Amino acid sequence: MYCTLQRQAEELELSLHGHWQAATLRDIHAELASVSLRGASQLHVAAADASFDLSGAWLLHDFLTQATAEGIKADFQGTTPPVLQLIERTLKADRAAPEVDETSQTVWLDAAAAVEGLGRRTVRLWRHLDAPLDFMGRVSVAAARAAPRVKQWRLTSVARHVYDTGIAAIPIVALIGFLIAVILAYMGAQQLRKFGADIFVVDLVTVGVLRELGVLLTAIIVAGRSGSAFAAEIGAMCLNEEVDALRAIGVDPYEVLVVPRLLGLMIALPLLTIIADVIGLTGGALLCHLLLDMPLTQFLNRANEAIASTTFWVGMVKAPIFALLIAISGTWCGLRVRGSSRQLGRYTTLAVVESIFLVILADALFAVIFMKMDV
Amino acid sequence: MAAAVEVRGLCNTFGRQIVHRNLDFTVEEGVIFGIVGGSGAGKSVLLRSILGLQKPRAGSVNLYGRDITRMSSAELRTVKAGYGVTFQEGALFSALTVLQNIQLPMIEHLHLPRRILDELAMLKLKLVGLRPDAAGKFPSQLSGGMVKRAALARALALDPPLLFLDEPTSGLDPIGAQAFDDLVKNLQRQLNLTVVMITHDLDTLFGICTRVGVLVDGRMISDTLANIARSPQPWIHAYFQGPRAQRRRVDHGA
Repeated sequence: MYCTLQRQAEELELSLHGHWQAATLRDIHAELASVSLRGASQLHVAAADASFDLSGAWLLHDFLTQATAEGIKADFQGTTPPVLQLIERTLKADRAAPEVDETSQTVWLDAAAAVEGLGRRTVRLWRHLDAPLDFMGRVSVAAARAAPRVKQWRLTSVARHVYDTGIAAIPIVALIGFLIAVILAYMGAQQLRKFGADIFVVDLVTVGVLRELGVLLTAIIVAGRSGSAFAAEIGAMCLNEEVDALRAIGVDPYEVLVVPRLLGLMIALPLLTIIADVIGLTGGALLCHLLLDMPLTQFLNRANEAIASTTFWVGMVKAPIFALLIAISGTWCGLRVRGSSRQLGRYTTLAVVESIFLVILADALFAVIFMKMDV
Repeated sequence: MAAAVEVRGLCNTFGRQIVHRNLDFTVEEGVIFGIVGGSGAGKSVLLRSILGLQKPRAGSVNLYGRDITRMSSAELRTVKAGYGVTFQEGALFSALTVLQNIQLPMIEHLHLPRRILDELAMLKLKLVGLRPDAAGKFPSQLSGGMVKRAALARALALDPPLLFLDEPTSGLDPIGAQAFDDLVKNLQRQLNLTVVMITHDLDTLFGICTRVGVLVDGRMISDTLANIARSPQPWIHAYFQGPRAQRRRVDHGA
């Protein structure tokens, strides 16, 4: 029990007991809600027996404000609790300050607002298109400036990124390369057997892995692993003002953060692709041996006939381009992180989605180009 | 009078490095207790031990007579609702607005209707001297002084009788620091709080702290400011009789 009510005609007397504090606020609130003030014109509050903290006092203040709004005159028997006075002072001081006007809501179907909105959106979109170009420009300038001086290539940093994005990724890339070749050979064998064309499984596996799947899957794995890592690393540095610190020291963050990651990935991804190709072909050969009883020599002979001198290079030439796309979208997303940890998550996600999308888009473009070039 | 904080025989070590050896001190209710000490003297570790964020090697930490080093995590949770903390960099949750930051402890510990949560949080916001339009802002949009005030409002969310402040005025300009000192002092008096603060700010120390604890060689020497300042201990002497402190003393006429 935190309060008891006594009624004498139109006069009410509310005596308060116990500790009115934050921890018990819920119970007090429930109890106050059940107090009926109907028909009263005067409310006397006896607060001498109760103790208040700020939350408790506010609840009483709130109750009394509501009572006053209903036309009941409320007063205290004895002195007003000091905390209540503090609340009244705090709230009054604020009322004296000019009220901040509500942010004007744009009205629907207002022609001027619609035109303005369209304009704003167009400008924002243009800025959006502008930003990646700006970023690429800065990266190119940083790279070009560092290019003539070997010392500025930051080889230690590049080596670290080759290790992190390349060497550390070998097991997963090898495993995926192997499994994909196995799937391809298995599916191919099932279908081609119907035509008695088992031997063409070799063509399918070698051409498929070397031209497309080896590099594409490697790039997708790397985008997931390293694109996100780039964005998260750089993003956390932005949040911690480390990037600003670099700028203030006079070090170009594009030179020390972006270019080494770009170079590192452009070295690592082609090497990973070679590994994926080799493991993929091995997997294909193994499956042909087990599934079709094809001796290894026959597989090698057929593979030699199936692939042209360009097949391997058609795949390989894509690797550095994919690396570039992954590194750019990762680092760019990282550098856009501002303010909060939520943004860090958002841009890390965006980095992965964007880089995988770009890789697949670029692969499609390559397919068209190579078809036109007849290779 | 009961002691708000009583630390007995506290020992903390990291590997071979001894941070605290048999550290004792008591903070009586209703005082503003300033903790000073050189960088690396173990002030932050001490605070973490008192807050129950870190289990000390040995010793006891009593908050209002209850030893938090021997508590289950459920008991500790109720104790944690009984004190407020501000961290050095504010530690506001960056994904939440100022108002949501203040409401977070309330939502976790009190189960109240939305309207009451909103209005209580607004009251706390005004109490620490922030303008109402700060409520919807995110921590990244606040100035240093506003971050400190918002952090204080969050610390006051549950109306704790005990407040811990970690370097509350660091990084503020002298006017902002003075305003913050006044705020802490006023709130302490009006809400009858016990305040324990780590500070390097000599103005704060001379201006509002009623007792001072100095952390040297893994122990705590605590006394009134006047007695501490006369201590012959070399580090304390250098701290309070150094050129910076001397200038304050002249200013304060001490």
